[in-house]
Amino acid sequence: MGLAKRIIPCLDVTNGRVVKGVNFVALRDAGDPVEISRRYDEQGADELTFLDITASSDNRDLILRIIEEVAAQVFIPLTVGGGVRQVEDVRRLLNAGADKVSINTSAVQNPQLVADAAGHYGSQCIVVAIDAKQVSGADTDTNRWEVFTHGGRRATGLDAVEWAKKMQSLGAGEILLTSMDRDGTRNGFDLALTRAVSDAVDVPVIASGGVGNLQHLVEGVLQGHAEAVLAASIFHYGEYGIRQAKEYMAQHGIEVRL
Amino acid sequence: MTDIAIIDYGMGNLRSVSKALEHVAPNASVVVTSDPAVVRQAARVVFPGQGAMPNCMHEMDARGLRDAVLDAAASKPFLGICLGLQMLFETSEEGDVQGLGILPGKVRRFPPAAMKDANGQKLKVPHMGWNQVHQAIEHPLWKGITTDARFYFVHSYYVETADPEPVAAYSFYPFQFTCAVAKDNIFAVQFHPEKSHVAGLTLLGNFVQWEPGSTNKASQIYA
Repeated sequence: MGLAKRIIPCLDVTNGRVVKGVNFVALRDAGDPVEISRRYDEQGADELTFLDITASSDNRDLILRIIEEVAAQVFIPLTVGGGVRQVEDVRRLLNAGADKVSINTSAVQNPQLVADAAGHYGSQCIVVAIDAKQVSGADTDTNRWEVFTHGGRRATGLDAVEWAKKMQSLGAGEILLTSMDRDGTRNGFDLALTRAVSDAVDVPVIASGGVGNLQHLVEGVLQGHAEAVLAASIFHYGEYGIRQAKEYMAQHGIEVRL
Repeated sequence: MTDIAIIDYGMGNLRSVSKALEHVAPNASVVVTSDPAVVRQAARVVFPGQGAMPNCMHEMDARGLRDAVLDAAASKPFLGICLGLQMLFETSEEGDVQGLGILPGKVRRFPPAAMKDANGQKLKVPHMGWNQVHQAIEHPLWKGITTDARFYFVHSYYVETADPEPVAAYSFYPFQFTCAVAKDNIFAVQFHPEKSHVAGLTLLGNFVQWEPGSTNKASQIYA
């Protein structure tokens, strides 16, 4: 008995709707965020993550209203990311009802933001999201992954493992790690990436990108050493339920909250 | 008069706590406050906290809330959450700071050398996620909650009580640690009931109806 591994459904939200892209493009509508949140909560989701992928700043406040509405009805941890540029953005999201705020591009542009936000609100509510892509190495010894920003469009030259360690040292309480190579492919997590980052840091790592079936969730924990697994499409379109996923993980020896 | 005061000393987000209390006590007035007078008048007090304990102690004192917290902890239904549990103790390894000293014991960091599971795999700190809460005593706040029910935790330090007597529950990560204490009108938890789904809401519902013994002045039942 002990700490359970977490299943976190992810809701990519734009203009007030949940969508899901394939390899960061080609969006497909998946429904109303409040309704979907309630459904996942009832099914036993351990947390919910919202990524605001609204491109323009015009509709930024829409996410605050969605989070307010979800937080009044759903009593599990809520993480919100997307477009977080300054401590004021963190404050607004927390005040709307987010429990954790995820910082991605701005952490690269201004690492001090992570330190300031963690210093002010505590590491427990600061998640650093890393989008990583394999850049070299055919075998596991020479694997290397580079950090990308701006929704995966801009290379940074940063090594993903080193970057995760740096973010931890600045105060990140958790790392949300997405494989760009796998995202939307349904071929499973990049397990070598997940394991490399998870083994390198002391804070929890959430594996993301590529889940196509329940076995992938099991692999993310057992082989990737992830504390939590994040998935979107396998849950959004009703292929698998959260409880079904947890029962599958439990059958494979993983402690879960049922 | 305020039914439930949530003490705000500027450390972290209290919206989740207030939303959850409003949910379980829709007819109660729930106020997030940094005003010692409001805390003094409230029938029940919730003492939350996030972040680092030295900052929490400093911010609490900067707002002149220490006496109001001590009075509440001595006189009325009082629920500490997370740092609000740790601050009740004497000292913390986090910044070597003094706590309120209401309960004997200290706050310790999860020791890196001990953080391995049965298979030798590294256990992450903070201890983040859903862990089982093993009830050590019977208590009105456990009503309707089975022992070993899971609650949501996020913390890097834990309390080590000097006496076993106030321990109301414990968890394992990987060793046994105290995750809830109860003494007279005080109940305090390391986990976050406001984020712990049905089990957490049940505990908060029990708190708003709790009448801790005859020495306390009678207060209403809301739910």
